Amino acid sequence: MYDAGKVIVGLVIFLALLTFPTWYNVATGKATYVPELEKAVKGDQCVADTEYMRAEHMDLLNEWRDKVVRDGERIHTAPDGTKYNMSLTMTCLDCHSNKANFCDKCHDYLSVDPYCYDCHIIPEVTK
Amino acid sequence: MAVDRRKFLRLTGLAALGVAAKPIGILAQEDIPAEISGKLPQENPLTAKRWAMVVDLEKCRDHENIKDCAAACHRVHNVPEFDNPKDEIKWMWEEDFRHAFHEQEIEHLPEKFEYTKVPLLCNHCDNPPCVRVCPTGSTWKRESDGIVMMDWHRCIGCRYCIAACPYGSRSFNWRDPRPFIKETTPEFPTRMRGVVEKCTFCEERLAQGQIPACVEAAKNDAIAFGDLEDPNSKVRELLRERYSIRRKPGLGTHPEVYYLL
Repeated sequence: MYDAGKVIVGLVIFLALLTFPTWYNVATGKATYVPELEKAVKGDQCVADTEYMRAEHMDLLNEWRDKVVRDGERIHTAPDGTKYNMSLTMTCLDCHSNKANFCDKCHDYLSVDPYCYDCHIIPEVTK
Repeated sequence: MAVDRRKFLRLTGLAALGVAAKPIGILAQEDIPAEISGKLPQENPLTAKRWAMVVDLEKCRDHENIKDCAAACHRVHNVPEFDNPKDEIKWMWEEDFRHAFHEQEIEHLPEKFEYTKVPLLCNHCDNPPCVRVCPTGSTWKRESDGIVMMDWHRCIGCRYCIAACPYGSRSFNWRDPRPFIKETTPEFPTRMRGVVEKCTFCEERLAQGQIPACVEAAKNDAIAFGDLEDPNSKVRELLRERYSIRRKPGLGTHPEVYYLL
């Protein structure tokens, strides 16, 4: 190989630059960042298990949407018999009233942009 | 590596079983206290076999009364108000008698009807042409009570329904409506740009056991609302007693908004 020294040094610099974002995030602790969500302001029980809600809330909301709009069913009965109004604005956001500290935290972290709030109204945050 | 093909497959199968069994474990937990959040809808909603509206023009001919009804409707449903009439969104609006019922071809109209204003809204037809043309099924006639519903989540804004509706009851959101809503009602959603909207006979209020907003706002009981299939209902009583007309009955759409003369 001609100019082996220069090529190898160049490759090392190139790789260092290429992987810089990874090293930088590890060094500054950003790699271990997990969004912390605000606790619900009221109510100590969600419509379903936290694990389930974390992974499947979008499916639950789609199911509620179809039931309310298409079938006119508005009451969700949890496995323990508790009844809930199937409404994003009136049930979910009633407890998780700060959208910016709850919904947005995770959505921003994962870079997802759900269009719920193009139409559904975000309640004003009261302290 | 000591894992042969057979062992690998067995392990994969077991792992898949484990993953599949996990959600069942979640559902099985039943130590949930009965704290309810969110306002529960009424357990006794208003129901009917066939909702219909009867407008008494004797009581509703005046502009102020109709304006109040339309304002009440537009307020609870977050209907925007645009300056440019080409952008107009309307669920309920008023029209001159002559224009609303032009197909009657009345040559010599009694003078009082020359000045009569008529409140117009979606007729919730029994044979709705808008439903037939919708390519996404985002508008349909509810089998349970005849309300012509809309799913704004599914509307793609093709505006076929606007072309099909002979009553001009549907409006298209050419612009983002949000900045043009005067007072927002947080319980009801707004719409977004590119979606068609119209009156829904206040189905969300009926579910709460409330009568439609325009009926509530109308002075002197000018608008009646009830079950057309029930012979003892208020609407049937009015239709028995008074002479009524509907808009463009010749088209065969069977509108369910009646006007008493």
